[in-house]
Amino acid sequence: MSDESTREEGGAQPEEQSENPTPDETAIRWQSDVKFIAKLVAVTYVGFAILGLVTGVSTNEIAGFLATVTFYAAVFALLALALNLHWGYTGLFNIGVVGFMAIGVYTFAILTASPEASPAGLGLPMVVGVIGGTLAAALAGAVIALPALRVRADYFAIITLGFSEIVRLSITSGSLRQVEVNDRVYGTGGGSGIRYDPVDGVVTWLLELPGFEQGGEALYQVAALVNVTSSVVDRFLYAVILMIFIVLFYLLLTRIARSPFGRVLKAIREDEIAARSLGKRTQVTKIKVFMVGTALMGLGGILWLGSRSLVSPDGLMPVITFYIFVALIIGGSGSNTGSVVGAFVFAAFLWEGPRFIRTIARTNLDYRPTGTIYDAFVELAALDPMPLIGYLIGSLDELRWILLGTVLVVLMIKRPKGLLGERKEIAAATDLSHRPRGETDE
Amino acid sequence: MFNQQRFSNVSAQDLFGYILLAGIVVLALDLVRRLVMGTLAPGTLWALTWNGFVDSLYIGLAAIGLSMTYSILQFANFSHGDLVTAGAFGGWTVAYIIGGIGAAGFGSRLLLDADGGAQAGALGMDIVSSPLALLVGLVAAALITIGIALAIDRLVYKRMRRAGGIPLLIASIGVALALRYLIALVYTVDSRGIVASAPFVGPLEVHELAVVGSLLSAVGVEWNIGPVNLHEATLVISALALIIGVHLLLQYTKLGKSMRAMSDNRDLALVTGIETERVITATWVIGAGLAGVAGYLIVLDQSQISINFGWFLLLLIFAAVILGGIGSIYGALAGALIIGLTINVSLIWIPSDLNEVAAFMLMIMVLIFKPDGLLGGVETA
Repeated sequence: MSDESTREEGGAQPEEQSENPTPDETAIRWQSDVKFIAKLVAVTYVGFAILGLVTGVSTNEIAGFLATVTFYAAVFALLALALNLHWGYTGLFNIGVVGFMAIGVYTFAILTASPEASPAGLGLPMVVGVIGGTLAAALAGAVIALPALRVRADYFAIITLGFSEIVRLSITSGSLRQVEVNDRVYGTGGGSGIRYDPVDGVVTWLLELPGFEQGGEALYQVAALVNVTSSVVDRFLYAVILMIFIVLFYLLLTRIARSPFGRVLKAIREDEIAARSLGKRTQVTKIKVFMVGTALMGLGGILWLGSRSLVSPDGLMPVITFYIFVALIIGGSGSNTGSVVGAFVFAAFLWEGPRFIRTIARTNLDYRPTGTIYDAFVELAALDPMPLIGYLIGSLDELRWILLGTVLVVLMIKRPKGLLGERKEIAAATDLSHRPRGETDE
Repeated sequence: MFNQQRFSNVSAQDLFGYILLAGIVVLALDLVRRLVMGTLAPGTLWALTWNGFVDSLYIGLAAIGLSMTYSILQFANFSHGDLVTAGAFGGWTVAYIIGGIGAAGFGSRLLLDADGGAQAGALGMDIVSSPLALLVGLVAAALITIGIALAIDRLVYKRMRRAGGIPLLIASIGVALALRYLIALVYTVDSRGIVASAPFVGPLEVHELAVVGSLLSAVGVEWNIGPVNLHEATLVISALALIIGVHLLLQYTKLGKSMRAMSDNRDLALVTGIETERVITATWVIGAGLAGVAGYLIVLDQSQISINFGWFLLLLIFAAVILGGIGSIYGALAGALIIGLTINVSLIWIPSDLNEVAAFMLMIMVLIFKPDGLLGGVETA
């Protein structure tokens, strides 16, 4: 839990919540938001840790779980922020997020993989790969945006989903698997993918730098005191690096949102024809913002999928897009803080939470794995619930999906605006829709 | 929100039409060249066209339902593919329970051989060995899917009737995930073959084949049809019968008229006193029933069943609906024919793992340049 303390230092300022912040208030709100997120994270981590300790899960497993939660919360936050730029700010319903992630991470892989490997890469430094992948995703965004942004929202959704499937099927295809150039075999590797040095190798590289050497050693030793292995510490450190990216994404998005460009985005979301009739070049604006968003998605894809040493089409299924949508919807689209909060809640409770329950069950329950759900119910009829519990724990992945789908449906019915949805930044300087309440004073 | 952008005097739509036409002409010429040069056997072309027709039938069955929900409930239903899956699992479970009595344990049959205890061959799950069980399964596939769709409508969509296209779309994605993994929870995620190998009759002379054959022999086509796959024949006959049935229903019943009225102009339909909820229920009954049957027939033809197959089919179904113009069931059928032929005949030019890419490309082009569909916005005529 090394990162909690670092996150706590953000803001201990008196908070002030109001419906429509002036620019000055936004600064104060930003600090209170950091405080809110830090509190949420701390409470969740302490909760999980206590739950784990009470039920006898080893400290290394608890720390490993929290590292995984932090990692997923961070990558989902990055992608949810990128999606928020498209959907929350501009109203572009892009459900092909995974396609742009794929282009980012595959470009990264081809640029950085070793020239001796099969399929071969260009062997360029990691930084070049990250920048190249991000640019490639931006370019792909332009290719899609130029023609597609004229269509209706639901058509646009289908186009982007079709695009992400075209990317995945092309990567899988045998015809792009091996491309021979100058006696070297390049290509996507088809179903078996490309091997490369993962981006989280940056942690090892950092810890070998002169200034950080002792710090790293000390961290490892402190962790060893509570039986936490160095690999878990490395994963925490990578998650901390991801958090730096979250802050950068967040700053970029708030900067965009408060610029004249951002006001055009919100105007497009609310009434594109009105925005155009005021002389705003909405098409150009949409293409630009779509490219920025897809670039961030490409970068998010590299930071997430690139941290494994292998990328293959199996990791690029269209459902990944929906994880990010759920994260964004939980938090409330239109709100950057909501995106981060939603990503954390999603990662901790929907994504990794069920796995923690499985870990607890494994340490504590003596359940027998059964063959099928039918056998389990037959045993249940004989008043033995353990086989059914065993079956359900064994099918936890499926249960998690069911939970995910149900949460999505319930949110759309009960709280379509999400947890922080009322924080959506409106296009007008004052909220015209809430006039009669008399609350707004500007 | 759609606006027409014009490139000088020719609209983008016209331009796209010309390019598409030119492309088709070039491909047709190349096809003729290949046939003349002998690099493409007529039999191969016939086989690909036939496969395209068969594929278009099940895509078309599913597309009718998607098109109807799209125009009457006014949202893109992303759970439609999983209704196809649900129909396949439901229908085949019933077929297994009835057809495999005595041949395998009830638990294995109920879970469609999830534990390897009810092999399709041992149970004789083909149309000749157990025709009754397979027929009951077909009906059950429709009924079970209708039940599921109505339950989902009651639980989810009914509460958001006024919620606009995008919230409904997102909710339908949630429904799709929940439904798919509920099926997975019961039947496991393993893909497996659950139909015994298809029985054949034949080979037949062309003129022996009922409708298609007599048409072909009338124009002087005289080559022999290879052995006829009875499972494929079942698919073709059931699908055609259902399509004709839906046509009659929509054209000649009061219900059909109200449905067409509602998809043409919702407000006008309301003013004339059409009961919306009744029409919506009918939409789900027809749409889900056809989707369930489509799923059942796909598995009959291809033998493999997995929890994902409906979801992977969904984009092709969308492609068919969009090509035909959303709201028109004849358009959806025409679109399905185009998609079916595209994914099969395109194999002449491109490798087999890229045929769906070609279909999706076609779909995206149509969405961008001719969003009313190739047939030009005929609404449920």
